[in-house]
Amino acid sequence: MAEAKKSKRPRGTVVISVELCKGCGFCIAFCPSAVLEFSEMFNSKGYHPPHAVNPDACIGCDLCGMYCPDFAIFGARVTREVA
Amino acid sequence: MDGDHACCEGALAAGCRFVAGYPITPSTEVVERIAARFPSVGGMFIQMEDEIASSIAMQGAVWAGAKAMTVTSGPGFSLMMEHIGYAAMTEAPCVFVNVQRTGPSTGLPTQPAQADMMQARWGSHGDYEIIALCPNSPQECFDLTIEAFNLAEIYRVPVMIMMDECVGHMTEKVVIPRASEITVEPRHYTTQKPEEYLPYKAEKNSAPAMVRVGNGYRFHVTGLTHDERGYPSTSLEIHDRFVNRLIDKVRNNARQIIMLDETDTADADVVVVSYGITSRVAVKAIQAARKNGINVGHLRLMTVWPFPEKRLHTLASHVKAFIMPELNMGQMYLELQRCIEGRAATYLIPHSGGTVHNPDDIYQKIVYAARHPRKKKETAK
Amino acid sequence: MSAKNPRNQYLRTERMPNIWCPGCGLGTAVNCFISAIEDCETPLDQISVVSGIGCTGRVAGYLKLDSFHTTHGRPIPFATGLKLSNPKLKVVVFSGDGDLFAIGGNHFIHAARRNMDLTIICVNNFTYGMTGGQVTPTTPIDAFSSTTPYGNIEEPFNLPFLADCSGAVYVARWTVFHVRQAARAMREAMHKNGFSFIEIISPCPTLYGRRNKIGDGLKMMQAFKDNSVIADETDTRNVALDFRGKIICGKFVDREKTSFLDMYNIKMAERFGPFYEPYEGIK
Repeated sequence: MAEAKKSKRPRGTVVISVELCKGCGFCIAFCPSAVLEFSEMFNSKGYHPPHAVNPDACIGCDLCGMYCPDFAIFGARVTREVA
Repeated sequence: MDGDHACCEGALAAGCRFVAGYPITPSTEVVERIAARFPSVGGMFIQMEDEIASSIAMQGAVWAGAKAMTVTSGPGFSLMMEHIGYAAMTEAPCVFVNVQRTGPSTGLPTQPAQADMMQARWGSHGDYEIIALCPNSPQECFDLTIEAFNLAEIYRVPVMIMMDECVGHMTEKVVIPRASEITVEPRHYTTQKPEEYLPYKAEKNSAPAMVRVGNGYRFHVTGLTHDERGYPSTSLEIHDRFVNRLIDKVRNNARQIIMLDETDTADADVVVVSYGITSRVAVKAIQAARKNGINVGHLRLMTVWPFPEKRLHTLASHVKAFIMPELNMGQMYLELQRCIEGRAATYLIPHSGGTVHNPDDIYQKIVYAARHPRKKKETAK
Repeated sequence: MSAKNPRNQYLRTERMPNIWCPGCGLGTAVNCFISAIEDCETPLDQISVVSGIGCTGRVAGYLKLDSFHTTHGRPIPFATGLKLSNPKLKVVVFSGDGDLFAIGGNHFIHAARRNMDLTIICVNNFTYGMTGGQVTPTTPIDAFSSTTPYGNIEEPFNLPFLADCSGAVYVARWTVFHVRQAARAMREAMHKNGFSFIEIISPCPTLYGRRNKIGDGLKMMQAFKDNSVIADETDTRNVALDFRGKIICGKFVDREKTSFLDMYNIKMAERFGPFYEPYEGIK
């Protein structure tokens, strides 16, 4: 069942503006596909921004963008390339 | 027509179409007439829940394109203070009418005073300049209300009309000229496109051109110190430049703003300086004194703020004594003293309000002043 | 990575980063609003945002709309003047619990009573953030604040109930955890002709969460998620909040009532007869 759903699952991508991030973790906690995690790096303000550890799982739902209080991240649908 | 009603008609003639008010004696007749007149002329009057709300609703209306006014008396004027500062800071052209009554606090609500003069100038916190006009008759309530709206548009400052209970409730003939004979200053809107427009970019000594909500400029207005884009800024340099412009646009245009009514001052030994209802009492005393051979002149302030510093300074070169009757315990008198700088004698005729001066008190002071001028050499030493 | 956040077109990006603390929910509330205006019928040039003073007061300055940062407590009367002079505008008041319900409480009930066509979005974080975490009219009993160091002893306002009984035509409450629902509520509220009110519960981790041992912004968000109960049409008398208790969310009121301006034109037409020209704003 999971396999059948997976093929229809929309694909998405997540774009992060590292310098705007304040490291609140909302995007990481509320991503329905667990795409994100805190990265080891610091931005210039000393926060750990998120990075996509599981980019293929992203469905482009943009919940990360909706939650981000700093307008530092958003998700977008990717139109599947037709083979 | 009484002064309150004349003020309403003046506002209409000036193009005012939004008034927010709250009932308070002795200014209520202004808003009552407005409430009756506005629906048939495409205006909007709303009685707000208090004077604080009235004085800010007016400013919301200004940004939507209306010429707007609020009307109050003593206690209400005290409540409006913060929004005088907001209008000064955001450069919202608007008119505050204060029909002065006796204070402090609730005081004598139905009796006249002129004791809010310093409050009008300094009532809100911080450094800013305002313009204040002082009519002495119903006719002037009409004329100066139009002038107040015009000055507000030119300099983008809050303009106060400092009436008093006597002038407000005094009934006299008021001549309302044809609309074509009335000069009405339109709002100065920018001709720039939204991309190039900076809401708070202005030449020295002047106010920037305005925009109104809904026209695609997507502008921001804040009471915080702001830069030319209208965005908050904590830069001390921007703050300094901005505050200086707010001050300069009034101070450096004082000559254009100030209206005075002078009688026999050119060769006077004594000059009575007065404003509002007190000037009408003073005239009687001055006439009596002249009849008795005293060389007394009259300087009536139609504009009280900015104060006519230069004119008084000039007069002090030949006038030996100045007398100021006012319905307070000494407010504009302090300004008079400041401008005379001890070069002539100055006399205050204070009055705690509730009624007007007895003309004889002013007459006696004229006689006294004529006998006791400040000796010029004394000050030189 | 050069793609731009689609929200940027609604924001004054030159003013970013915003001044809000890490974990503050205000930016999230702004996202909900952006989402609401994205597919709103009203053109963006006709939407104006008015804020008061405080952390939420800064919202107006970040939105690329005609926006006003007014005086403390007074965004509603300012918005009233704006709306009455140009009724074509959609005027949204975006402000905080202290601004709208302490210093500005009187204006709120009167605008609701008049059914002034405004949308009021109150971001309720239970505290005065900008001044350092003092008690507000919504701080629950027992909660600590910098001016209630022994715990709050005052009964807080139940905001939806206050709005409801003052006459609002639309009343909803969501938390910033409920982003989609909050955005939908804002959209619906803006479509109402009349006084609409939305309470958005939001974390203030720096001054409320930390002081009350709830934790950081994320912990507060988790608490909203765990404690909220969605129940549309709940009687507003029963939606009061208490310290660490359940948060009842949903749309509580949605009714039709003649707005102030419609009433004005109806009544004036009755008085003046066929010669009355309906008021449509200052020309």
